[in-house]
Parts: sequence; structure tokens; C-alpha cells
Amino acid sequence: MSATATHDTETLATETLSGAEIVLRALKDQGVDVIFGYPGGAVLPIYDALFQQNAIRHILVRHEQAAVHAAEGYARSTGKVGVVLVTSGPGATNAVTGLVDALMDSIPVVCLTGQVPTHLIGNDAFQEADTTGITRPATKHNYLVRNVADVGRVVHEAFYVARSGRPGPVVIDLPKDILINKGRYNGMPEATHKSYRPATEPDPAAIRRAVAMMKGSKRPIVYAGGGVINAGPEASRLLAELVHLTGFPCTNTLMGLGAFPASDKQFLGMLGMHGTYEANLAMHGCDVMVNIGARFDDRVTGRLTAFSPNSLKIHADIDPSSINKNVRVDCPIIGDATKILRALIAAWKADETKPDTGAIAAWWRQIEQWRARDCLRFRQPTAADAIIKPQYAIQRLYDLASLTGKDTFITTEVGQHQMWAAQYWKFEKPNRWMTSGGLGTMGYGLPAGMGVQIAHPDALVIDIAGEASILMNIQEMSTLAQYRLPVKVFILNNEYMGMVRQWQELLHGGRYSESYSAALPDFVKLAESFHAVGLRATKVGELDDVIGEMLAVDRPVIADICVDQKENCFPMIPSGAAHNEMLLGPDDQAPKGSGGAGVTEEGMVLV
Amino acid sequence: MTDMTTRQAVMAVLVENEAGVLARVIGLFSGRGYNIESLTVAPVDETKNQSRITIVTTGTPMVIEQIKAQLDRLVPIHKVSDLTIEGPHIAREMALIKVAGTGDRRVEALRIADAFRARVVDATTESFIFEMTGSTDKLDAFINLMRPLGLVEVSRTGVAAIARGPRGI
Ligand SMILES: Cc1ncc(C[n+]2csc(CCOP(=O)(O)OP(=O)(O)O)c2C)c(N)n1
Ligand SMILES: [Mg+2]
Repeated sequence: MSATATHDTETLATETLSGAEIVLRALKDQGVDVIFGYPGGAVLPIYDALFQQNAIRHILVRHEQAAVHAAEGYARSTGKVGVVLVTSGPGATNAVTGLVDALMDSIPVVCLTGQVPTHLIGNDAFQEADTTGITRPATKHNYLVRNVADVGRVVHEAFYVARSGRPGPVVIDLPKDILINKGRYNGMPEATHKSYRPATEPDPAAIRRAVAMMKGSKRPIVYAGGGVINAGPEASRLLAELVHLTGFPCTNTLMGLGAFPASDKQFLGMLGMHGTYEANLAMHGCDVMVNIGARFDDRVTGRLTAFSPNSLKIHADIDPSSINKNVRVDCPIIGDATKILRALIAAWKADETKPDTGAIAAWWRQIEQWRARDCLRFRQPTAADAIIKPQYAIQRLYDLASLTGKDTFITTEVGQHQMWAAQYWKFEKPNRWMTSGGLGTMGYGLPAGMGVQIAHPDALVIDIAGEASILMNIQEMSTLAQYRLPVKVFILNNEYMGMVRQWQELLHGGRYSESYSAALPDFVKLAESFHAVGLRATKVGELDDVIGEMLAVDRPVIADICVDQKENCFPMIPSGAAHNEMLLGPDDQAPKGSGGAGVTEEGMVLV
Repeated sequence: MTDMTTRQAVMAVLVENEAGVLARVIGLFSGRGYNIESLTVAPVDETKNQSRITIVTTGTPMVIEQIKAQLDRLVPIHKVSDLTIEGPHIAREMALIKVAGTGDRRVEALRIADAFRARVVDATTESFIFEMTGSTDKLDAFINLMRPLGLVEVSRTGVAAIARGPRGI
């Protein structure tokens, strides 16, 4: 240090650090205790700084996509921001699927990507990719840091953006010279963000209008989504309070499962394409719909022109762009779900109008009739050597896992098994269910489960998987072994990309083009080669023992559950059909209504 | 039912003048399939480091409401205003119009330019460049009149717009 520098009071106040050290200081100040990453040339300075500190733990994944899903699992199960560190070029491009996944499901993630040194940017340098260009539509926001003096501020801003308003992924692209250069770290900034300040306080007039609609309703329904989970556990508590206070029925979206207790009498189950009969018909027939933190996704609405045609719609969302995007609503409320729910409860109590209890009781009688249809019924032959029905496997897993008394977290891959998990698992609390809803990313569940287990070391974490999906990030078994993460992979092995096969059966004349899972590995041996326990059940008589053993061992497990290959996931609203044109399972004895007529030419083009 | 008739909207967008902000706005329009009829951008406040983007677009009322909401949630965007519905506004664009010809056609071009208050900013014995400012319609009308008179090429700035009255965006 030169003599002049010691005279500089500013230098004395704040020492100079390398960009990489500033990154880690800022992460620590944000309360980060773990990051999921994979090294490479451009981020070596950060790995060097990581080596020399103890505050932040690094989990070495086996593929950058998995790092992002792990961070998502961590974030969804804790409510904190998940953090990812990857190198430039292929490290960054590998992370893109995870980023889009987090964007679609509103998961707060900060992803640090290495970049070639600033003077090489634009030169097609080794492992250069236009990361901010590629990830612009894949993130909520992204940054390319061009000056070491900006590093600290940008990291703090990225966390603010990732967690505020509607949460989402943020990329910080860090050129290698910026990580090496020395600069000052000024700590957490006090100033509010210059341009990004999402509104969280609901408009009292909108709350009053909503309550007036709710009080006047004869056939109400509460439709709650992932926004309630994102708002934190207090929002879920308030949701239950509101539903109990009003006596309204409540349904959850795929992303909202756990926001309302599944065992509650007022719960109608999940709605949407594979939702329950009662939830979808109640949505179709309601006169007032109270949407809290859901976005009228096409998996939920079915054919838009036929969606809940006679209802007044209240839509509470933190993102103004979700309002009137797909469905015109009558009473938008913009704000944080916790604050909105609290305000709705207070206004409901303050409003003297008596709700129409007679009409609502009649509505419940109608709902009970729909419920009596028992749309999730399936028939499991009881002979010990009978083939296992996938629904039964999940039910047994649920029953036996409940007996352990452990806090249980479920992740899934994508396909029929995912929908069966959503239908048959009873989520009582928020943050226990991680699934790729918006993007539908096969390969999500195993790494997400890894992130959950890191955050909750003593919890039971189960990835309910399909034999096809699991192969998309199977390399993460190695990460489980390295960190002794006892994640259980429960494969419903139907030897088909079952969801694809189901669509081909129902919509493409049973032409099973490329949907057979040929040449599968022996999952038991695969588990063993990854230092995990491998188990298999091929008939009903073996199922409980396999599940019992899986739950008993304190190690990673792959349980290969060979299930009925022909089973389809019902109820199903085919793409382009309306809620009241639902297909029910083969066991449903009652007349099917329009049944297969729900499949239209226009519906065929939809995914 | 939802209104399916389309209308034009002029959006004024105040943005932080930082790298990538224009790409974000354009990417939003292409990614979500919105129309851009014209887009202009320039810094307007050096001290606050802000630029202003003016976008002319068309869509159903629901789509235009979406465009505004989608722009508004981009992180570096300070303010979005749909000038078409928030009271009267002034919208102008500037064009440079090159017309080549001799004899009667040249005289006629100059006569029409005069009537439209287009200025001659360059002239040779066989060509003019006119500079003209006005509404998009007026520019279109003038350019159409120049077509048979030897129109060579046109360069237009796109629309700049601002609300009438004392208040700012
Ligand atoms: C990355 C990715 N590629 C393709 C798809 C399309 N897709 C959706 S479900 C599915 C089949 C999944 O098969 P499996 O994991 O065996 O689950 P199953 O439906 O049999 O339960 C496919 C290919 C997808 N969702 N994600
Ligand atoms: Mg399968």
C-alpha cells in the first residue's frame, strides 16, 4: 500500500477487495448460506474466494441446469432467494432451462454467471456467449457488470429484484477482469430502487367492492394459486381464515397446493386440466370467483370462451400484467396476497351485510353431489401378485410417509406421475410441494429435491418421478452421494412417457409414436453405482415393504415401482375443451355427458 | 364479451438510460407478438440519466392494456403513459424526402412542398431533399404526392409525442 493511500481517509474506512471478494461479501450480507454451482475458467476468482472463507457453503452439482433447479427447490421450500454460480458460455447456456422454469413459476433465484474479460466481449472469445442477450427473455432482469465499483450495488439490487413484487430469476454476468480488479464494497445500499417499486398495499376501494361481491354471492368459490405460497406462510394462514369465515369452497392450482389444507372440508382439491370434478364444475357454475394469486393459466381455464361464463371475477395479484391478460375480471386488486387477505378479512367482518347462507348451503349441496361422483376413484386389484396402479402407489407412499411423523417435502418430474402426485398427496402446509408448473420441465424433481434437502436436512424429501423424466438429470445422484443427501426417488415406472402416450391414445388414434421408454437402465443397479440404495416393486404384495425400506434408510434411494403401463390420468379436460366437458376415468359409471365430444379440432393444436 | 376491435395507441415510456433497455422493450414486443408501428428513443434528461421511448402500436383494448402493464413491470422503466387515453396529446414526426426530376415534375414537387410547408434542405439541378415535420398522416399524404413526381427515398424519425397542458409524464 502506497504512502498516499494511507493518508486517504476513505481507504481507511473501507478496504479494497477484489470483485470476487465483493460478490461473496454482498451474498453474505444478503443472508446467503448456500450456493449451488459448477466451476469453470471465467469464475475461478470466485471459486478462489470461496475457498478462503467459511460463511457460504458451495454445493457442487453435476450439471448447471440442476444448479438452478436445486436453487428453486431451496427457494420454494424456505421462502428465501436461491443462489446459483456458473461459468461463462456453456455454463450459462446450460442454466437457461432452469432460469425459464423459475421465471414461469415466479421463483426468486439469483444466478451469477462468469463472462470473458471485458476487453474480449464481442470477440467470439473462448467460452464467450452473449449471456445477457440469451437470458433477457429468460429472467425477470439481468445485469452485465462492467466496473468493479458496481459489483456490490448490483448484487444487492439483484436480490431486491428477485424477491420483490412477483418474484423471479435474476442473472448477474461478471466478466473475469471485474472479478479480479480491486474496488470498494459499500455494504447494503439504503436508497430505494430508482424505478422498480411494485405496489403491495391493496386499494381499500377495491377491497370494499370485492367484499360487496362476496357478500352478495349465492355460488361463490375461492381459487388460490402460487402467489399465496410466494407471499409467505402467513398468507396461507389468512387464506384458511378467510375461507372459514365466509364458508366458501376453496380450490387450489397446481402451484398453490398446500396454500389451503387438503384435509379441510371446504377444500375441493386441485382444479384445471387434471383437477377434480367438483373443483372444475364449481368453477364453471360459480357466480362469484375469488382468485387469490393465480393467473388464469390455460391449464386452468380450458377453453376461454367457455370459462366460468356466469361469474363476477375478483382477481388479487401482485403483478398488474396478470390482470385482464387471459380473462376479463370485474374487480382487480393489486398487491401482496398477505395484505390483501388481511384486508378482505377485516372488510368482511366490518361489512354489516348478511351473506346469503341459504343459497350458499344449497350451493354446498350441489358441490357434495359432484363430490359424490368420487372422480379420483380407481380400482386396485388386491391379489398379492396384481399389477400396481400408480395412484395406489402414491396413496401408500402418502400413508406410510405420514406414519413417520417427519416433515415431508414432495418434488416431482413432469408427466402423469406429477398429476397423480398432485391429485393423491394431501398437502396440509405451504412450501412442501415443488413441481415445475409453468414450464413443465422434465428433470426438475431430482435437483429440486436436492435443494430442499440442503435447506431441510432432517426432513423427508421424495421426488415422485417417471422413468423417462428421471433420466434427464440422473447425474445428480452423484451430488446426493457426495453430500449424503437422503433424497428418495420414487419412480412410477410405466415404461412409457405416459403423458405423451395418454395424449396419443386419446387424440392421435393410439399411434404411440416414439413414446415407449426403450432400453431403460436397471434402476436398482443404477442406484447402487451411484452409492445409493436401489429397490424394486413389481407387484402389489411388494409395495409396502419397498416403501417401508425406502423410508427407513438414511441414504439416497431409488425405488423402481413398476406400475400399470396402460393407466391414464383422469379426470382430464382435453385442451380446448370447457370445464364441463371433462373426461372421467373408465370406472365412472354415471353417464359421461358430452365426454369425448370435448376434443375439438381447435383443441388439437393446443398443447 | 371482450372488445375485439383494434385501436392505435401512442405510449410514452420513461426509462433508465442503461445498456439493454431498448432490447428489453423490443424483445417484449416481439416475444409477446405485439405490433410496433414506430419506435423512437433518445436521452431526455442527462442528470437523471433518463431516456424517453415513444411507441406507436395497435391492438384490442385488452392487448393495449397488457402492453402497458408489461412495459411497466420491466425493471429499468420509470413510467409508462398511454397518451391516447390519458387526454389530448401532440404527436409529430420528421422526415427527409428525396425527390429527383426535371422540368414540370420538379416545379410541381416544389409547389406542393411549399403548400405542405416542407423545407428544402438540399438541392441539385435534378433533385431536392425536403425536410418536413408533422403528423404521421400529413407526412404520408405528402410522400404519396411525391411518388409520381420522382420520389427516390424517405427517411423518417418515427413519432415523438407528449401530452397537452401543463403537466409532465
Ligand atoms: C424437457 C422436456 N421435454 C419434453 C417434455 C414433454 N413431456 C411431457 S410429459 C413427458 C413424458 C414423461 O414421461 P415420464 O417421466 O415417464 O412420466 P409419466 O408421464 O410416464 O408419468 C414428456 C416427454 C417435457 N415436459 N419436458
Ligand atoms: Mg413413464
